[in-house]
Amino acid sequence: MQIPYTTEIRPDTGIYNAKLGVWLFLASEVMLFGGLFSAYILLRVGAVPGEWPHGWLNVTLGTVNTMLLALSAITTLLAWAACKVRDFGKFKFFHACTLLLALAFLGIKSYEYHDKFIHYEVALNNGTFADGHLKEKSTDFDLAKKTGTVTLEGHIVEDRKELMDLRSEEAKKAVHKELVIAAADIKKMQNYGPWHNTFTAIYFTMTGLHGLHILGGALVIFYLWGPGSKMFKTDPERFTNRVEVSGLFWHFVDLVWIFLFPVFYLT
Amino acid sequence: MSESEKPVSIQSYFRLCAVIFFVLVATTGCMIATSFAHIGDGWTIKVALILAIATVNAFLVAGYLMHLLSEKKLVYIVLAFTVFFAIGLFGLTVWATNGFPPGTATH
Repeated sequence: MQIPYTTEIRPDTGIYNAKLGVWLFLASEVMLFGGLFSAYILLRVGAVPGEWPHGWLNVTLGTVNTMLLALSAITTLLAWAACKVRDFGKFKFFHACTLLLALAFLGIKSYEYHDKFIHYEVALNNGTFADGHLKEKSTDFDLAKKTGTVTLEGHIVEDRKELMDLRSEEAKKAVHKELVIAAADIKKMQNYGPWHNTFTAIYFTMTGLHGLHILGGALVIFYLWGPGSKMFKTDPERFTNRVEVSGLFWHFVDLVWIFLFPVFYLT
Repeated sequence: MSESEKPVSIQSYFRLCAVIFFVLVATTGCMIATSFAHIGDGWTIKVALILAIATVNAFLVAGYLMHLLSEKKLVYIVLAFTVFFAIGLFGLTVWATNGFPPGTATH
């Protein structure tokens, strides 16, 4: 059975069906991310003054990821252009680049997540706070039984609010050293996972959802690059349209990151 | 004719992509510089500037890489509805910002 309007233009819409379909899908995606951006605004505006984190994320890694996605958007477009001129070799090359860039993006994001999961804030019984990256836990470490020690690479602050703005002059002056803390001295110990505060919750939710979109897009691109590329030989026009609609999704994912990066890393 | 229906030249796309990439690099650099710049106590101005630059980046990606500058009328109609509802969504959120039920503890 011939599926209509996969290559030819539908007279009433002026575009082929898949393209209309992907634009409608992207419209729903705008509403999905729009809802989350609204939630972010609500949380940020409603935060207690001085208690919204600033400078918690690595700007260098965020910038590298921004460049990787920008480059991947370009290689996606070039892969489509290569299909248009029926140059299969160039299509394979550009889409392989897109895949590698997507994997590099996910690798860096995973590293950033891991960094947050090994970063701990420890409330001590004397009212001060230790903050730093976990180096090791003694084998007998048990917070409930108050046994053992934990070693962090970090510093101690008097007031928890000092941990909020890591771009402040005080934070820049902080000297990080090895801290060995006995479990008996710990009131509460928590890493910077999504449960830490509203900032980490919305950060992990939004960047996690974006990361899933990257993963989904990369799987589609991998299919088109690998097993799905057989269609290039049998129906090149339809294959080109497939590359175009997957490219539209990929560019949308880049667009979302264009706003996620400044919102979380720069403001 | 939309961009995807026009005859394509890889060389012309290379040039376009190179220009867009360098503009994206430059504007991202501007965003970062603005973020670290001391603009008085103007946190609001800083955020507005950064988001304005991000919007320029978004325009480049949507306009040129997604070919939105030369799309069909139907796509624009779909997007017009999307923008309308997205603005409505943001508006509802902002409108509800101070709408606490009676008895809610606020800071």
